[in-house]
Amino acid sequence: MASIELKQARKSYGVVEVIKGIDLDIQHGEFCVFVGPSGCGKSTLLRMISGLEPITDGDIVIGGEVVNSIPAADRGLAMVFQSYALYPHMTVRQNLSFGLENINTPRAEINEKVDGVAKMLQIDMLLDRRPKDLSGGQRQRVAIGRAVVREPRVFLFDEPLSNLDAELRVDMRGEIAALHRRLGNTMIYVTHDQVEAMTMADKIAVLRLGELEQFGRPLDLYNRPDNIFVAGFIGSPKMNFISGNVSADNREVLELETGETLALPATGYAQRPGEAVTLGIRPNHMQQVADGGVKVSVRSVEQLGGESYLYGSLGGGSAMTLHLPGQTDVELGQTISVIPEPGEIHLFDTETTRTLRMD
Amino acid sequence: MGKIWDFLTATRGSTRLHWTDWVSYAYLCTGIFLMFGPVVWLVLSSFKTEADLQRFPPTLLPYAQQTVEVDGYDDALPLFVMTAGEYEGMTLAQLRRVGNQAQMIDPLNPEERLRVNIANREPVEEFSLATENYTSLFERFNFLRFFWNSTFITVTATLLMLLVNSMAAFALSKYEFRGRTAVLLLVVGTLMIPQTVVLVPLFLIVTELGMFNSLWGVIIPGAATPTGVFLLRQYMITIPDEILDAARMDKASEWKIFWRIIIPLSAPAIAVLAILAIMWRWNDFLWPLIVLTQTENFTLQLALNSFQGELTTDWSSLLAMTVLTLLPIATVFMFLQKYIATGIASTGGK
Repeated sequence: MASIELKQARKSYGVVEVIKGIDLDIQHGEFCVFVGPSGCGKSTLLRMISGLEPITDGDIVIGGEVVNSIPAADRGLAMVFQSYALYPHMTVRQNLSFGLENINTPRAEINEKVDGVAKMLQIDMLLDRRPKDLSGGQRQRVAIGRAVVREPRVFLFDEPLSNLDAELRVDMRGEIAALHRRLGNTMIYVTHDQVEAMTMADKIAVLRLGELEQFGRPLDLYNRPDNIFVAGFIGSPKMNFISGNVSADNREVLELETGETLALPATGYAQRPGEAVTLGIRPNHMQQVADGGVKVSVRSVEQLGGESYLYGSLGGGSAMTLHLPGQTDVELGQTISVIPEPGEIHLFDTETTRTLRMD
Repeated sequence: MGKIWDFLTATRGSTRLHWTDWVSYAYLCTGIFLMFGPVVWLVLSSFKTEADLQRFPPTLLPYAQQTVEVDGYDDALPLFVMTAGEYEGMTLAQLRRVGNQAQMIDPLNPEERLRVNIANREPVEEFSLATENYTSLFERFNFLRFFWNSTFITVTATLLMLLVNSMAAFALSKYEFRGRTAVLLLVVGTLMIPQTVVLVPLFLIVTELGMFNSLWGVIIPGAATPTGVFLLRQYMITIPDEILDAARMDKASEWKIFWRIIIPLSAPAIAVLAILAIMWRWNDFLWPLIVLTQTENFTLQLALNSFQGELTTDWSSLLAMTVLTLLPIATVFMFLQKYIATGIASTGGK
C-alpha cells in the first residue's frame, strides 16, 4: 500500500516560509494533481515528498510510515523531472538500467525489465541512442521509462509536459493516464495547467502561495469551489466575477455599483442583507436577454462556428466572458444585456473570498 | 589532405588575393617563423658535432668534414680542397698539421707527401647527422632513468591532482554547506601567493615528512592546485542539479554520482586540466631542483641543467636531450589540444 499523507508539512528557506502547513491525504492508487500558479510551492511540495528537499516541520507519511528522515533513495518513489534530467552521456538503455544497477539487480533481469518497459513506451528502437539524438517527446518517454522500470510505489511527475508542443502534450497526457490505469500506482503530478489537472486527476490539490486552497475531485472543484481563487483557477475560460452588495431590503437582490441589479438564489447560500459579496458565474451560464440584467459592452467576438465567445466588460469595468452555443449575431462595440442562469450562481464573501455556500 | 590544403590556402575573395589576405598571410608566416624557428634550429643543432656547434658563423644545417680511407693509414683522413697555390683545384687528405703548414697527400697517389699552407685550403664538408649525440645519452648518461623519473612524477601527480581537484570542485559546486563561499575564496585566494614565497615552508614540511630526495616530495605538494579546483568548479556548476536529483532518486550513492555522473559530464574540463597538469609537471624545474639532489632521482629538466657546468657546457648532449624532452609533451599536446579550445570555451557557461 502506498498512500501518502501530509500532516502540517512546512518548508522555510531562512525566514521565508514557502509551504505553510499543508494537510493532505492521498489514497493508494490515486492520481493526484497539484495545480497552482507559478511560485505557489507545488514543485517544492513534490520535492518534499520525494525527499530531495528536507521538510522544516510536520510529517510526511508514505504507506503508513513516517519518512521525514528517510533519504530520497530509500522512499521507494520515482520522479520524472521537468527537464527530463536524462543522463546525457549514457545511452537510453544505460539511462533505464542505471537505477536497477544501483540496487544490484542481475544483468539478465535488468535487460528483461528494460526491454519490457521500452516496448511498453515504444522506445525499444531508441535504446542505443543518446538523449541528445532524441526528440522532446522521445526524451519524455525515456524519462517516464526510467521511472517505470524500477517499479516504484509512487510516481512523482514534476511538470513533465511543459517542454512539449501542444499536440504532443495532449498525446502524452493520454499516455500518462493510460499508464496510471495499467500500473495502478499512486501518482502525484504537478502542473500549472488546469486543463491537464482536470483531464487526468482523480483528485486535485489547488495550491496558492504555499497554502492548500482546496483538495477534491475535479468536478467537485469545478462545481463547488471553496473560494474565489479556486473558482477562477479551475475552468476555462475563467469564471466571471461580479461584485456588489446584497440589497439591505431583500437578500435575493444584488446591487451593483452601476445601479444595476441581479437576482440571487434564495437558498443554498448564506448571504445576509447589506453584505458585500462577489457573484461568480461561468461563461457558459450567462444568458442574453432583451432587457434587464447587466449591460456588457462587447470588445471582442470569436466565432468558432459551433460555439462563440464574447469578451467585454461591465459598466464597473470588470471583465466578462460569454460562451454561447452556435453562432451569434452580436457585433463588436455592441452593448448587450445578460443575466446569470439562476441555478448556476456561486456566491463568495468579497472580504474573505470564501464561498457563502451552505453544505 | 585536400581539406587541409583548402584551409591553408583560404582567401577572403574567391579570385584574387585581397590585401587583407596578404596581411594575414604575412602575419601568420611571421608567427610560424617566430614559433617554429627556434624549435627547428634546436632540432638541427642537436645533430651537429661539438666542433660544428662551436663554429662561427654558425650554419643552419649540420655539416661534417668528409674523410677518406687511404691504404697504409689506420684512421680516416680529413679531406680538403685547395683554393690557391700550386695544387689549386685538387682534393687532398691531411696527414698532420704543424703551425700553419700541413702535410697532405693526394688520395689517388698516397706515396707522395705534399706541404701546403693552411690558408690555401678549405675543408670538404657534407651534410651529416651526428646521431652519436643521441646514442651517447643512453651510453654515457642514464637517460632512461631521468625519463622514468619525469614520467612517473608527471603521470602520478596528474592523476592525483585530477582526483583531488575534481572531488573538491564537486563539493564546492554541488553541495550547500555553511562556509562554502569562504572555502572557495580561500582556495582562489591562494592564487595570489607566489610559489616562491611558500618555497621555504613547503621545503620544511616536505623534509619533516621524510619526502626529501624522493619523487613523492615532488608529487604530493602539487596534488591540489587552486587553478584546477576553480576551473572544474566553474564547469561543474553548469551541470543541472536535476540530473543529480534524478540519480539520487535512482538510488545512486553520492560516491556513485561523482564517478558515474559528474566525472563523465566534466570530461572536457578534466581534459583541459589534464593537459595543463602534464605540462606543468613535465616542465617543472624549481621545486624538483630543491627537493631532488641525488642524480638517480633527477628529472629530465634537472639532468638538462646538470649539463651546464660552471666552466664547460656539453652543448651537443644538452641539445639532444632537450629535443627528447620536448617530444613527449609535444605529442600529448598534439592529441589533446582540441579539448583545450572546446573545454576552456565551455567552462564559462552554456
